[in-house]
Amino acid sequence: MAKRVSLSGNEAAAFAMKQIDPDVVAAYPITPSTEIPQYFSQFVANGEVNSEFVAVESEHSAMSACIGASAAGARTMTATSSQGLALMWEMLYIAASMRLPIVMTVANRALSGPINIHNDHSDSMGARDSGWIQLYSESAQEAYDNIIQAIRIAEDPRVSLPVMVCMDGFITSHALETLEVLEDEEVKKFIGEYNPDDFLLNADHPIAMGPLDLQSYYFEHKRQEQDAMDNAKQVILEIAEEYEKLTGRKYSHFEKYALDDADIAVVVLNSTAGTAKVVVDDLRSQGIKAGLLKPRTFRPIPGKEIFDALKNVKAVAVMDKADSFGAYGPLFTDIRNIMFDNKDIKIVNYIYGLGGRDVGTKDIEMVYNDLMDIVKTGKVYEVKKYLGVREKGGEEVWQL
Amino acid sequence: MLEQIKTIRHAPDEEYYVSGHRTCAGCGPALVYRLVAKAAGPNTIFLGPTGCMYVANTSYGCGPFAVPWLHTQITNAGGVASGVEAAYKAMMRKGKYTGERPHVIVMAGDGGATDIGLQALSGMLYRGHDVLFICYDNESYANTGIQTSPTTPWGAVTTFTPSGPAIPEGKRLWPKDNAQLVAHGHPELKYLATASLAFPLDLMNKVRKGLNAEGPAYLHIQAPCPKGWQFDSDKTIDMAKLAVDTGMFQLYEYENGKYTITYTPRKRKPVEEYIKLQGRFSHLKPEHIEKIQQFVDAKLKAIEVEVTAVSEAAPTD
Repeated sequence: MAKRVSLSGNEAAAFAMKQIDPDVVAAYPITPSTEIPQYFSQFVANGEVNSEFVAVESEHSAMSACIGASAAGARTMTATSSQGLALMWEMLYIAASMRLPIVMTVANRALSGPINIHNDHSDSMGARDSGWIQLYSESAQEAYDNIIQAIRIAEDPRVSLPVMVCMDGFITSHALETLEVLEDEEVKKFIGEYNPDDFLLNADHPIAMGPLDLQSYYFEHKRQEQDAMDNAKQVILEIAEEYEKLTGRKYSHFEKYALDDADIAVVVLNSTAGTAKVVVDDLRSQGIKAGLLKPRTFRPIPGKEIFDALKNVKAVAVMDKADSFGAYGPLFTDIRNIMFDNKDIKIVNYIYGLGGRDVGTKDIEMVYNDLMDIVKTGKVYEVKKYLGVREKGGEEVWQL
Repeated sequence: MLEQIKTIRHAPDEEYYVSGHRTCAGCGPALVYRLVAKAAGPNTIFLGPTGCMYVANTSYGCGPFAVPWLHTQITNAGGVASGVEAAYKAMMRKGKYTGERPHVIVMAGDGGATDIGLQALSGMLYRGHDVLFICYDNESYANTGIQTSPTTPWGAVTTFTPSGPAIPEGKRLWPKDNAQLVAHGHPELKYLATASLAFPLDLMNKVRKGLNAEGPAYLHIQAPCPKGWQFDSDKTIDMAKLAVDTGMFQLYEYENGKYTITYTPRKRKPVEEYIKLQGRFSHLKPEHIEKIQQFVDAKLKAIEVEVTAVSEAAPTD
């Protein structure tokens, strides 16, 4: 039977890992994800898990050790943030292209420089094209649920890809939350045993993994990663359905909040969606048809489903907690691409909260107000805007 | 437990590094690979960091390995090997893997072992993973076209250390001694040795000692490169022998805190005999060669001092 507990996001992630009892965890400390391997190493010390915990000398080696372990046929997990994910970057692509079902929790944090330990999504957005499935989590509950489902998604033979479960650093990773967790046995039964077909230790069938792959085959192998991502769309839904039967908690590719009859909508990832829901409720009570779309699956992006979900909305603001300087935010780029064939929708981009700049209900109200103006006038003056930043020459001066 | 091979005639007939590679004629590292695989036997997993022995050995659908093999980046063989070792440890404990404990062997070039891969190697040794890490040292980044590496000798010309009017000697740095670097800072290290292609029996037995050790082992094997060093491709073994006979490369073991010199030439030859046969040194003037001779003399003297137990047997002129 499920039970209610009070855990931070990091505790919830570590608790999920304890219940999963992976064969190998290799990790390196970095704020704000450090606590995940920290709690996990205590589970190892207490004999509560039967895993090998490897405290490696860098995140590059953390991902490398995960790759070695997973290639050897072991169920393998890790966690990181920010620079750690950046240092892993080379190895992320290799994990994905070797089709290794590693599951990694990312407590999202801004990338240096300047150095900043607080939350934005520049780390995981930088790994967007690495071939990893990316699931985003609004709360500790969602992080916990996503991690357990991620094991199944990653190891599904139709997918066989690594999965990154993202939650907001500090905001979610360190905030205490009441959540519902499964019994150990329920998790064990849900994830099952990992029995890969090909792995290094299979002496009956020796294989070479990662050989040189030039013009004759490389392209096909990359194409297969796309097929796996396509398959993942269906697999993620199937596993969510099974998980709902077990927990009663419904997961899909995204959450729609007051969206079906909405005129204006915000698209936003992770914890900010919680703040936006408060604003939506408030606007709805005033008779304003505001809604929200919170993506859970960012890679693979569920294009058709998002297109259908937003098709009747008149104006959409896509909020990005990461920037692509000289271009648009990564989430916006995807959403506007998806909606390209719907010429009736106006879509704008807000870059917000970089380096952990707080974004409150007032800021999000401003975004909905802007959307109402766009609907009223039918005009978009600025496609990309910055929310909550001191602008040069603006009313708020540059001072500490 | 792998037994020591008594004579070269007792070496196993079976090969686990077979045809299917595309190395240059006379490739030292390929010959090293063959001996290592022969000594290690069937219950082996090879890890191949990027380098000559990756690029020239494997191509999709065709490769020379009769045992499991996994690519690593040039940076991270130690990290990947740690993961492989941790995996079988956990899986054996959980009853998920019931086979024999496999030999995990890294075959890294000098870049992957002494330069860009040093951090991951050091981490692996420090943490005590049961892995044999082998550096096949061809003394340059050969795969990318002979650029200087930390083990490239002083005075050698590479494409990153060319000789010219301003820098007549070519490379101006003395080589990094990775075996020494590794030996003294890693308490978990169980066995360390240097080996040479010219001494195949000694090489194979050192591989077996490294594999028998319960914990990390490091083997540094000099592997002459006809292309990079610029000598005729039928002279690879001769070159390896000369390196040892001139003292340019020394053969020893380090175990339980003690060094043992495993081969002492009866009469040490001057380094010039080694240098004059290689195009990479052809620009050197007599004063340059003298400098290398002094370096080698000092180095051997240092070993004599350090290895007191065998000082009488140490190489002398």
